[in-house]
Amino acid sequence: MEKMKKALSNCYLSLIVLFMYAPIATLVVLSFNSGRSRAKWSGFTTDWYLEMLADDTIMAALRNTLIIAFLSALIATILGTLAAIGINNMKSWSRNTVMSITNIPMLNADIVTGISLMLCFIAFKISLGFHTILIAHITFNLPYVILSVMPKVRQSSKDTYEAALDLGATPIQAFFKVVLPELMPGVTSGFMLAFTMSLDDFIITHFTRGAGIDTISTLVYSQVRKGISPTMYALSTVIFLTVFIVLMIGNYAPEWLSRRKK
Amino acid sequence: MKSKSSRYLAMPYIIWIVGFIVIPLLTIVYYGFTDPNHAFTLGNLAEILVWENYRPLYRAMLLAASCTAICFLLAFPLAMILREHKVGRGSIIVFIFILPMWMNSLLRILAWQTLLERKGVINGMLTALHLPEQHLINTTAAVLIGMVYDFLPFMILPLYNALMKIDDNTVNAAYDLGASFWQTLTKIILPLSVPGIVSGVTMVFVPALTTFAISNMLGGGKIYLIGNVIEQEFMQDSDWNQGSGLSLVLMIFVIVSMLFVNHFDDKSDTRRGGIM
Amino acid sequence: MKRLDCEMFHAIRKIRTRRLPAAVLALTVAAAVAAVAVGCGTTEKDIEKIPTPAKDTLYVYNAGEYIDPELIDQFEEETGINVVYDVFETLEEMYPVIEAGGVVYDCVCPSDYMIEKMIKNNLLQEVDYDNIPNIKYIGEDYMKMASEFDPGNKYAVPYTWGTVGILYNEGMLDELGIPYPTKWSDLWNPALKNEILMQDSVRDAFMVALKKNGYSCNTEDPEELDTAMKDLIDQKPIVQAYVVDQVRDKMIGEEAAIGVIYSGEILYVQDELADTDVRIDYVVPEEGTNLWIDAWVIPKNARNKKYAEQWINFLCRPDVAAKNFEYITYSTPNTGALELLDQEYLDNEDVFPDTKKLLETCEFYHFLGQEGDALYNNRWKTVKSS
Repeated sequence: MEKMKKALSNCYLSLIVLFMYAPIATLVVLSFNSGRSRAKWSGFTTDWYLEMLADDTIMAALRNTLIIAFLSALIATILGTLAAIGINNMKSWSRNTVMSITNIPMLNADIVTGISLMLCFIAFKISLGFHTILIAHITFNLPYVILSVMPKVRQSSKDTYEAALDLGATPIQAFFKVVLPELMPGVTSGFMLAFTMSLDDFIITHFTRGAGIDTISTLVYSQVRKGISPTMYALSTVIFLTVFIVLMIGNYAPEWLSRRKK
Repeated sequence: MKSKSSRYLAMPYIIWIVGFIVIPLLTIVYYGFTDPNHAFTLGNLAEILVWENYRPLYRAMLLAASCTAICFLLAFPLAMILREHKVGRGSIIVFIFILPMWMNSLLRILAWQTLLERKGVINGMLTALHLPEQHLINTTAAVLIGMVYDFLPFMILPLYNALMKIDDNTVNAAYDLGASFWQTLTKIILPLSVPGIVSGVTMVFVPALTTFAISNMLGGGKIYLIGNVIEQEFMQDSDWNQGSGLSLVLMIFVIVSMLFVNHFDDKSDTRRGGIM
Repeated sequence: MKRLDCEMFHAIRKIRTRRLPAAVLALTVAAAVAAVAVGCGTTEKDIEKIPTPAKDTLYVYNAGEYIDPELIDQFEEETGINVVYDVFETLEEMYPVIEAGGVVYDCVCPSDYMIEKMIKNNLLQEVDYDNIPNIKYIGEDYMKMASEFDPGNKYAVPYTWGTVGILYNEGMLDELGIPYPTKWSDLWNPALKNEILMQDSVRDAFMVALKKNGYSCNTEDPEELDTAMKDLIDQKPIVQAYVVDQVRDKMIGEEAAIGVIYSGEILYVQDELADTDVRIDYVVPEEGTNLWIDAWVIPKNARNKKYAEQWINFLCRPDVAAKNFEYITYSTPNTGALELLDQEYLDNEDVFPDTKKLLETCEFYHFLGQEGDALYNNRWKTVKSS
């Protein structure tokens, strides 16, 4: 009985894994298929990868995606970390007001956030382009950063900063030497989260993008409506592998390192 | 750290959110309540009562609700199994279930398009087995599968977190007192996992309700959801006032459905207080 | 990131649930403020030119897959002008972008009725033909045709032209035992369930249904439009998908037996399938169809009119137009280019139909004004929602 239960549950786990990974595996397999047909295997090739690397639109989109994700995460992390410290020291009324505004982008559906930003940009005659995507991404990243940093700010001891000042440190020194190290775990996770959120966004980018600028998401969306080229499969494979490796390192590298030390 | 001046550290941020959260929101509210001649009107909000608009909203609600339910039914047993096997948070297995969440969602939808198309992978296999081709793409079912696939990890993770938090002793005590598996499940485990369920439901329901990309990519323009209507108003008909009005209605729907879910969470909180 | 996963979900849920009252309050306040602002009667100024740092850059906005990309490089090399090239999928998507000025383009390539609309709404500026000497290569017939939507040929320089018709896969229809289509009403045959790809744009979709009933595709008669709408709704269950640019690739991939598409695509499709035994053909339906011209125009807010004219002049050059034709396979109005093309192309009736004969049954789309547009848009929404 116990054995059967175990077998059944393993079976269930495998089915879910199959459901989650079969589509991704299909993309990976098709990226090596020499024919354009999705239904039959016509031989192994890496041509689609070469074609992808030679395709300016795809490479530009990839570059935009990474630059926007990095910049928006960085700026959001700086603004958000400072804000978390500041907000924590506010009177409760103003703190609550600021926090409820902070939460609006999370509360709202992405489509509403995207549209509101687009309308605002156009109403104030800000031409749509790279910078508007960047602004939009910083905006929706900010709450995530604040949420990850806030708990650390609350936990951090209030005395160390004062002590550092008493010992003759300038406020700036005290901030970098004492306050920031305490917040660091929250800051890094905030940055990572912001980065991935930005990488994955489609809806908000769709509404705030301008002439000739694409991210991976908007590129896929327009490509799919035209007809899918196998270079898209190659791109998917590359992205999947990158995400896999980055997450593996992020998750397990610290453990492996500490284990080796022991 | 407690120095008064440190609150000014929030100034750049406050300027930012006023500029890029408050003002955009006011813009959309402004457009939603005015007509093209800038006169006040409630007509844009009332548009939702028109058949062409409430039908896609109704369809979206139905699909989002089904998607949430299916995600729950798939994820809950999974989380239970992980709990029973004592699969820890850092384990590879949990990692496997969460990984797809971080992959670009449009590429994952693209994968399903590849599978479901008429000359796609599934039909290719069917033909190879001498079975008749099936019409899979551009149906409501295809859109639903895409939604479930896209949002399932967002249900698995919070459920898993909630179940892992339940103390083994509580569950064992129930069994010791003679409760059946079913009784333990419904009287102990489910109520204790309500916070996780609430997280999962909100993380799945809201994006499913408002999507337009999934319905467009897997529905072939035949499955029209409220997200598609709004997107169309802005990107094609350039009727910003009506589009803003509908967006506001959608916003209200999201808030109301969250209040509804919130209601359950509060109830569970008081009940948990009673147990402890 | 492990920690982040669990804690974030908890936090997000808390916000989504606990902080609602505050957020609802904030939204209500926002609504009230906006209402007051409305009461004060704020008005918006006309869209002004948006200054930009990009100097030697030409912003071009064209339909998808509508130019030989090598020509863009060639143009950049020859002139030293940097081209930012962006694409739209439907004209309806393009128009608000130009109107709002959120993105400023120097040169755009819309179709006839959209050009008419842009002229009427004062979004275009006149082309200076002194800067476009190659205009002499554009055939007189086509300039005359273009004057139907651009009186006096002031704003638009024809780029391509063609018809809307039916692409069909002979093998698949044979298998289904269905005769090849010759008229629009053949697209209502229930035996074609899930075999039809319709155009996902208002005017083209309605043109099909209107012409089927023998009406003009520019009608503003609500009853005629209602009949067309009802037909489209009746047709919806047998339609496989409403798509635009995908029709071509889907027909090549044998995803469907029938697709409504522009005449320019047939050559491309046949070229792609040249080595296979798949036979795909194109027919202009008996009831008549839409005859269209796509042309280059310069928006009023363009920053670099000179560059735009250089661009148009470049595309009118016979060797460029011929090269472009071989890539996009849409019929060119460039008489200079025609001399450079293979006779085989010119003999193809699908690509270069006899315009005189066509004009008997075919019509250009006309801009119908805001109210006319609304007549179509609202009914299209009904079709899509049902």
